[in-house]
Amino acid sequence: MDFALILRVLPVFVAAAWTTIGISLISLVIGLAVAAVVTTARLSQVVALRFLGAAYVSIFRGTPALIQIFLLYFGGPQVGIQLEPFAAGAIALGLNIAAYMAESMRGGILAVDRGQMEAARSLGFGRGRTMAWIVLPQAARLMIRPLGVNAVALVKGTALVATISVVELTYTAQRFIGSTYKPFEIFAVTAVLYMIMIYGLTLLIGALDRAYAEER
Amino acid sequence: MTDVRPMIDVRGARKSYGALEVLKGIDLSVQRGQIVAVIGPSGSGKSTLLRSINHLETLNAGEVWLDGVKVNQKLGRAAFERHINQVRQQMGMVFQHFNLFPHLSVSDNITIGPIKLRGMDKAKARELALVMLDKVGLAEKIDAYPARLSGGQKQRVAIARALAMQPKVMLFDEATSALDPELVDEVNLVMKQLAREHMTMVIVTHEMRFAAEVADRVLFMADGTVVEEGAPDELFRCPKQERTRLFLRKFLNP
Repeated sequence: MDFALILRVLPVFVAAAWTTIGISLISLVIGLAVAAVVTTARLSQVVALRFLGAAYVSIFRGTPALIQIFLLYFGGPQVGIQLEPFAAGAIALGLNIAAYMAESMRGGILAVDRGQMEAARSLGFGRGRTMAWIVLPQAARLMIRPLGVNAVALVKGTALVATISVVELTYTAQRFIGSTYKPFEIFAVTAVLYMIMIYGLTLLIGALDRAYAEER
Repeated sequence: MTDVRPMIDVRGARKSYGALEVLKGIDLSVQRGQIVAVIGPSGSGKSTLLRSINHLETLNAGEVWLDGVKVNQKLGRAAFERHINQVRQQMGMVFQHFNLFPHLSVSDNITIGPIKLRGMDKAKARELALVMLDKVGLAEKIDAYPARLSGGQKQRVAIARALAMQPKVMLFDEATSALDPELVDEVNLVMKQLAREHMTMVIVTHEMRFAAEVADRVLFMADGTVVEEGAPDELFRCPKQERTRLFLRKFLNP
């Protein structure tokens, strides 16, 4: 084990890890926003919207994330969508994780006892107000853990954007293999950095969950 | 002047779930201030009937009227939504499983309706909550969360929540069925108090003794029809129908 090498490359890897964090955060925001729209569609009264929501989930969950990234980055220019690697990666990952997050959100909403909806409706609350004031606040708590699982998958999934040359952690690792011929050290450092990020994220999710739990 | 228009009027109510017909043409008329108890074996359709008054169940045929307003009007989706929200504000509904909002304090459970639907200001709504909680004997629990309450306390808060909307009628769907036996009385006491205040009430219940005590009229339902109805004295002492006799015998001499 070449510790000197590890110490030498570490600053570059830490910088690359920040890029991983950046692309994760942007994808997370895109994912949450799109998932909220898809979930609304899936729970709509309108059949066509329900169908579109379900179609979104089947398409983005039913194809590899790597193909979605390639489709947007390499296929995009052919249909007039020209994106930088970072933007293409963040958008593709965000659209992909949105399908999974929509399932987590829908699960949370459906897990709220039917009686809650009935009680609110019987008081005279409409569908929208019942959702906003009664169902969603309770569903939010139930969504935190599943959405957390999605977020963890997303962070690990960012490794895929190395293939379109986004200079994040995995790409950096591959580049250093070529110059050092020390794959064990390089990939070990990479793995440890991913682990630290995931561990931090897990702590955050746990804290969020507990904060909600203590509210009542 | 006597008001002849019934407070609640259900005419020819029919409801099916697939091939199963749970309401086979029910008529129910409740006068202002009257208390009607609906009894019958499980699966008789009594809960469905009550829920259809509040439009939590949609009838396949028949009409529901509340104080001269048709509840199940044929309207466009948006117009019906506005209409039903308006109508429901005038009906208090109490559920078997309380259905308090667990993320809200007792006070917020009671005030969310008046504040959000009636535009009442918060201070006034809290005063109202206190009055309603006083009515059900739980003023000291105003800032508690539902999880901290016993079943009986939860149901009393649920009643206070419904009353805070100042409804014209109160509908009770087996309000004490989910309670431990020793907690039933405290809820029944609140309902008796409402009876003394001449609240119009429809009470679906399994408790014959309570029904006999509090109701002006008792409906016995079985298999989606009203088998027999009458004053509690008549119906409990000398039921005319064999079906009613059989049902009551099981309850009175278990």
